[in-house]
Amino acid sequence: MKIIVCIKRVPDTEARIKLTDDRKSIDPSGLKYIINPYDEFAVEAALQLRDGQGGGEVVVLTAGESAAGEQLRSALAMGADRAVLLRTETTLDGLATARVLAAELKDAGADLVLFGMKAVDDDQQQVGPMVAELLGLPCVTVVGEVAIEGDAVVCHREVEGGVEVVEVPRPAVLTITKGKYEPRYASLKGIMAAKKKPLEEKAVEAPAGRIELLGLDYPPERPSGKIVGAGADAVPELVRLLRQEAKVL
Amino acid sequence: MKILAIAEQRDGTLRRASHEVVSQARRVADAVGATVDAVVFGPAGIAGAAGELGRYGADRILVSEGEHWAQYGPEHYTAALASVIGQEQYFAVFLAATSRGKDLAPRLAARLDLPLATEATALSVDGGELIVTRPLYAGKVFSRVKLHGSTRLVSLRPNAFGAEENPRAGAVESLGDLAPAGAARLRVREFIPAASTRPDVAEAPVVISGGRGLRGPEHWSMLEELCEAIGPHCALGASRAVVDAGWRPHGEQVGQTGKTVAPQLYFAIGISGAIQHLAGMRTARTIVAINKDPEAPIFKVADYGIVGDAFEVVPRLAAEIRKLNEG
Repeated sequence: MKIIVCIKRVPDTEARIKLTDDRKSIDPSGLKYIINPYDEFAVEAALQLRDGQGGGEVVVLTAGESAAGEQLRSALAMGADRAVLLRTETTLDGLATARVLAAELKDAGADLVLFGMKAVDDDQQQVGPMVAELLGLPCVTVVGEVAIEGDAVVCHREVEGGVEVVEVPRPAVLTITKGKYEPRYASLKGIMAAKKKPLEEKAVEAPAGRIELLGLDYPPERPSGKIVGAGADAVPELVRLLRQEAKVL
Repeated sequence: MKILAIAEQRDGTLRRASHEVVSQARRVADAVGATVDAVVFGPAGIAGAAGELGRYGADRILVSEGEHWAQYGPEHYTAALASVIGQEQYFAVFLAATSRGKDLAPRLAARLDLPLATEATALSVDGGELIVTRPLYAGKVFSRVKLHGSTRLVSLRPNAFGAEENPRAGAVESLGDLAPAGAARLRVREFIPAASTRPDVAEAPVVISGGRGLRGPEHWSMLEELCEAIGPHCALGASRAVVDAGWRPHGEQVGQTGKTVAPQLYFAIGISGAIQHLAGMRTARTIVAINKDPEAPIFKVADYGIVGDAFEVVPRLAAEIRKLNEG
């Protein structure tokens, strides 16, 4: 079984994001980068599926700048077998990213293509289903648990009000959420081994994006609020303010 | 020129987020000189319910009725909506970024080769062009973007806009049953309902989130009681710390690695306010913080704060709100 996991390099979620003076991009200086946390769940899911099947290959794939090799190495250290970096300096929008990935995946012979259900940088939540659509593959989103039953892939989707158990034939595209997938820490042995695992880097032509960035802004400052009081005695006043001033009760 | 608003039903009732979508379509349509079509697929009887979209500004309401629409199947929905969108030269297509909308929007964008902006929190029109504001990094930053293409696809974050009434004719037209041509590859085996019937934290107008200050999962009954007192539109949320500790499911997590929410009213209880949590809830309209530590960062974004022990404040708050609702 061959599983390809598409991952993305993103700024650490604990980081404060600073904008450049022209407000057209974020200031990368001093930023720590990580694998998108949802992609880490997807890598974990792939490793568990591979090991549960008693073999196969997990390939990690990303499109972006060379620096993303660092995140591919982290996934290799977790236990993925090899990595591919589709190098482009262009900033890609969702559909352009999907096209670059789909071109690579088209003849890659994957049984499963996994994505994190969203990236925590641009929060677009779109590339996985777009790739599926471009490749004509079935797609299940927001999957917290995957099982292989013969040719079928059984997914537990986390939807409003419960869990939907969905079955699709292979090959398929899945977008993964945390569910039962707690990402393993890379062991020292894993980190050493990752240095020797193959990481192929190739330049790709990226299609022109159609989402034009006009500018970035910080969120509006919230006007400073008030401390209503201390302890349970402040509750009646809080309720009065919520009802009469904020009009939300 | 026309704008299409994709409405969503569940169990034969239109969802609140769809009213927002139609009313925003109306607002943009008025600014660019367009008319508004709404479209809704649902089980028998949905045509009757769909008429209410006229109240929010739909000129025309396209309806397909059939039992095959009772449940969401992404393949049939994508195919049928793609054909509806393809029949007109729509300036823009709007839908709600509900869990269904999030699943559907990228499929439509790829199928029809449309530029897509998801989870918009504001829309404006400048020189006849649509400008979409959407959060990045879960709300640490906002971007303003322009979509290049003849049809722009935009999903709108639930609760971020509000539904304004702006009545139009709302003439209902049937699209027929649009029965699927073949079987879907994606087959739903079963639905396991959650133990709680509360709305999803990303869509509820009132959210009560608990953090490590609650000291253990056994104390969530206290938040449930407060939720109960407020009403069925209230959902429970959680900080990353308590989800990581296994006290609460990841589906309830608010923040950059969970859900970004924009409710009318947000209670942060025993949550100190880590930057990735603040990013996920700072667009809430009114924020209430209850925390023992007066220096907790959560008080910097809260409209109202109580410095105190959640174990004393929360039960009292539930009692006062119950009294209010009964009186």
